[in-house]
Amino acid sequence: MITQTHYLLLSAALFMIGVFGVLSRRNVIVIFLSIELILNAVNINLIGFAEYWGNSSGQVFAIFVIAVAVAEAVIGLGIIVAFYRNKETINIDEMNLMKW
Amino acid sequence: MAEAIIFYTLAALILAFAVMVVTVRNTLYSALLLAADFLLVALLYASMNNLLLAVIQVMVYAAGIVLVYVFVVILVNLKRPPEQQPDRGRYRPIGTILAAAVLGELILITATGALRPAPAGGAEAVGSVENIAMELFTNYLIPFEVASMLLLVAMVGAIVLAKKEL
Amino acid sequence: MLVAVTFMVLLERKVIAWVQVRLGPMRVGPYGVLQPIADVVKLMTKEDITPVRADKIVFTAAPMIALIPALIVFAVIPFGPVVSIFGREVALYITDINVGLLYIVSVASIGVYGIILAGWASNSKYPLLASLRASAQLISYEVAVTMTLVSMIVSAGTMSMIGIVNAQYQQGVWYLFAQPVAFFIYFVGGLAETNRAPFDLPEAEQELTGGFHTEYSGMRFALFFLAEYANMIVVSSVATTLFLGGWLRPFPNIEALSFLGIIPGWIWFLLKTFIWLYIFLWVRATLPRYRYDQLMRLGWKVLIPLAIANVIITATVKVLV
Repeated sequence: MITQTHYLLLSAALFMIGVFGVLSRRNVIVIFLSIELILNAVNINLIGFAEYWGNSSGQVFAIFVIAVAVAEAVIGLGIIVAFYRNKETINIDEMNLMKW
Repeated sequence: MAEAIIFYTLAALILAFAVMVVTVRNTLYSALLLAADFLLVALLYASMNNLLLAVIQVMVYAAGIVLVYVFVVILVNLKRPPEQQPDRGRYRPIGTILAAAVLGELILITATGALRPAPAGGAEAVGSVENIAMELFTNYLIPFEVASMLLLVAMVGAIVLAKKEL
Repeated sequence: MLVAVTFMVLLERKVIAWVQVRLGPMRVGPYGVLQPIADVVKLMTKEDITPVRADKIVFTAAPMIALIPALIVFAVIPFGPVVSIFGREVALYITDINVGLLYIVSVASIGVYGIILAGWASNSKYPLLASLRASAQLISYEVAVTMTLVSMIVSAGTMSMIGIVNAQYQQGVWYLFAQPVAFFIYFVGGLAETNRAPFDLPEAEQELTGGFHTEYSGMRFALFFLAEYANMIVVSSVATTLFLGGWLRPFPNIEALSFLGIIPGWIWFLLKTFIWLYIFLWVRATLPRYRYDQLMRLGWKVLIPLAIANVIITATVKVLV
């Protein structure tokens, strides 16, 4: 019997993997991919709730989360491309132009 | 019973692919594994009778966002071959500790029953297109319009950022 | 399905040859009918070359990623209604999901991965450039085609393929006549989506030495080939279901022509699909190739505004009438 708790635990585990990716990888693109993992974990959570409570708000909110993820991914990649053109690196340790 | 098998298989595969995404050295493989992961999540949604969201997930996430990431990875890998981008793994211990702390908190919240028990039934017609559309266009109309403005702004912003000369 | 694709190859060579006042393959079998078998044998026995510093896993996986979406789309295309064969009810479609049309769009957009990965994994200049061009073309025309399909969803009121055919039955007129603009945009977009002439710049031999499948040989090339023809058949089938009424006979509501009902639904479906496939080949043999910037201009500046205007007009008419 799959209860709501199963979906919540799955989403918590996926969230943890995404957080681990954001914190420990140095490649900017992999950091962005981990952020997408986090957003997906949130989506699974929302849809798990929506199914077990019979309320469509969960799915509507998940659609909004997907739209926001698209906008953020696109802008983030634009910034990466602009930065790469100037400094030729995608290692986040070397993106320290504002350090004193 | 079949539902349990499907859920456990999909959950195991999703978590396995996600772990591979954050640990593989080659960035292109990470992106492709993430696309496969999103397809599996779409299958998970489909198994919850949420076909519309499954199809949206495939169309937008797996074949939209990750495709753009693959383009950028190809662009970045063109000039420097991937072996020259070292990743020392200095922050891995701190990352593991903090991620484990997050997981511990979430499991604590889930397990101590801060949730009310779910009401019985009502899970049948929830995922259908008509229900989602009704909610979207009556209760959530303003966020819908705001989201469309957001996407327009993101589109203009991306074009401006990626142009070589303005 | 796969057999249909191989015969499609033969048909293409024959039809183009006839347009060009020559005879096409004639040697193998009577009038060249067994040519596809010769082709298959040739492709399977060719040596499988992998470039030296190519990414082996991605190189092998790319043709499969290109072929699989083209084949699984057939799960939702209805060849006919539920018929009773030898006393048992058999549905002539594999499944009828609620969001059939959107499923087709989403699966078709996964096919782009195969092209990009093929170009990248070949580790050489021509395939990479060709694959970038091909994928840019595909994702641009995907937008126009999706908008057109949205206007069809608005007219029919449902996203399931069976529902759309039933809506045409109730209206009595095929959507081809009710929405000619949508059909035109869908057909042009379909030509561009399958990389067929006149939009076949990414695989033209004179321009980019074979495009994104330059480095592929033998069975892997066969998979790309199959994927292209399967895509063509998919686009034709979807056009038949949406615009020509699927398995309905012409003028389904007029009783006077009900003697045409003797012909079973799936024969009508195959006939109509065949007409579209023939038009695909006809267009290839007739029109010259578009240059890349003309192609992109056509997609973004002409087709997408037309498609959006179509959606708006359709929605307005549907609400007011």
